[in-house]
Amino acid sequence: MNDPAARRNPRRFAYWLLAIPIVATLWPPLYAHADPEIAGIPFFYWYQFIWVVLSSVVTVTVYLLTREDKT
Amino acid sequence: MILWTAVAVFLALFILVSVMGFMATRWRPSNLDDIHEWALAGRGFGTFTSWFLIGGDIYTAYTFIAVPALVYGAGALGFFALPYTTIVYPIVFVFAPRFWLVAKHRGYITYADFARERFDSRSLAFAVAFTGILATMPYIALQLVGMQVVIAGLGFTGQGLLGDLPVIVAFAILAIYTYRGGLRAPAMVAFVKDALIYITIIGASIVLVSKLGGFAHIFQTASAVLAQRPKPGTIILPPQSFTAYATLSLGSGLALFMYPHAITGVLSAKNTTVIKRNMALIPAYSVLLGLNALFGFMAIAAGVHAASPNAAVPLLFVKMFPQWFVGMSFAAIAIGALVPAAIMSIAAANLFTRSIYKEYIKPACSGPEETRVARYVSLAVKAGALLFVLLLPTQFAIYFQLLAGAWILQTLPTILIGLYTRRLHRRALFVGWLAGMITATWMGIVTGYTPTITLHLGGFSLAGYIGLFALTLNLIVTIVGTFICDGLGVGRGQDATSPTDYLDDTGVASRTVVRKLSVT
Repeated sequence: MNDPAARRNPRRFAYWLLAIPIVATLWPPLYAHADPEIAGIPFFYWYQFIWVVLSSVVTVTVYLLTREDKT
Repeated sequence: MILWTAVAVFLALFILVSVMGFMATRWRPSNLDDIHEWALAGRGFGTFTSWFLIGGDIYTAYTFIAVPALVYGAGALGFFALPYTTIVYPIVFVFAPRFWLVAKHRGYITYADFARERFDSRSLAFAVAFTGILATMPYIALQLVGMQVVIAGLGFTGQGLLGDLPVIVAFAILAIYTYRGGLRAPAMVAFVKDALIYITIIGASIVLVSKLGGFAHIFQTASAVLAQRPKPGTIILPPQSFTAYATLSLGSGLALFMYPHAITGVLSAKNTTVIKRNMALIPAYSVLLGLNALFGFMAIAAGVHAASPNAAVPLLFVKMFPQWFVGMSFAAIAIGALVPAAIMSIAAANLFTRSIYKEYIKPACSGPEETRVARYVSLAVKAGALLFVLLLPTQFAIYFQLLAGAWILQTLPTILIGLYTRRLHRRALFVGWLAGMITATWMGIVTGYTPTITLHLGGFSLAGYIGLFALTLNLIVTIVGTFICDGLGVGRGQDATSPTDYLDDTGVASRTVVRKLSVT
């Protein structure tokens, strides 16, 4: 078991999911506009707030998928 | 005019955390003369404590003052703090557990320790330690600035030594209990700090939105006022600011966990599961930071006219809230300065002790002596930051901190890439670092200490964060340098880490750990 390759997590691909929140928030053309508003809050603001939460959801998902031992 | 009720609440909370700070030595009692105990609390913190500690460590008092100040002054661009603190956790989720493992197996307490062994290079370790200390000093100084702002907000506006006395006393108390208890002290104080921050920001947001006539009115007023400013701002990011916004977010996100204090918090976790869970849980603080950023617009909507943008939020609170709430929220900010300041001084002390004192001054120093030196240095670092703030104009600390983010980013190739591969040559990494440091400093100076610069290449122009431009050059130099060094046959040194150092303990031990954790 000392060979790193032998211990590769079979669900390593799940780590790529972490790129989603990064792309979604680092591409301002996606969200730099006022409409649609929610309760008077421009899209620019609520979109970025929602991504804080979604990013956390993605991280939890990756955490659960890549856990080596599920008991 | 001094707000006495607010002062009373403020003092009561401050005394409470000071007592807690002193009691921290009795928390999970252990031998505090061991540097792993003093500096990293024995790497024993669980998910709950780490959440408060890391959150309290990176969402600093200055953040809570400066982010709304930027929004108050510049509008939408100031909101980059939100994508910045959104992207950082997925990134840290990937690399921090790996660093924690190698640090645990090899006994590292800093990034510089890792650079030393991984690349067999004293100079690279020195570069990482030097950059870390250099970048941390102004950051500590800014925590003091945050404290000064709220103390002035309470009505203490005395001049000279008398005006500075509250900050000096607060910092002296902090210095003593950090000297004694090490990382346990800020961890203990962090519970109170973060509880206060959550109550203050959520409470204030609800009250302010209803008092100021709803979000629609707040945004409309802010938009109208920003458009009238000498340097007009907008509430929606204009296309010409897209690259600045994105590169500031990305660069700041990459820089954050290169800071010594951020990794100190991570290394105090008791296992990698704690780190991974927290990368999903700490974003709760980012929601707070976003709400807090909107206080900048609320200050505009409330008709606050701040001489310096940093005073916008304190003035807003004094104007809109009863004194007891003002006292509580200002205490939240002041205590919020103590936690990161303590961790930063511990982290800087560790860097100095391990990579400068032990490396160049006294290689044969014993374990207890190592801890003693780190303790004294933690005091010296705080005293230095205090002098920095008291003797130099505030603007100086702000300029310095702006460069600090760009500087610390230059250690990324050694640490982050080095964590995965040794393909980059140690000498090339050093030269790349130097090129990045010089470029970042030069760009900072020519732009008059603004974080972004516009580069013109032929007919094409690109505005972006100076730290990221400097990092790009750093990487190019490092890669080209690697080919040159290898071509000339320059020695690569021995890697003291082995591939298994980066892995979880295999077999039965690891399974038991996982099972125990899933029960709790």
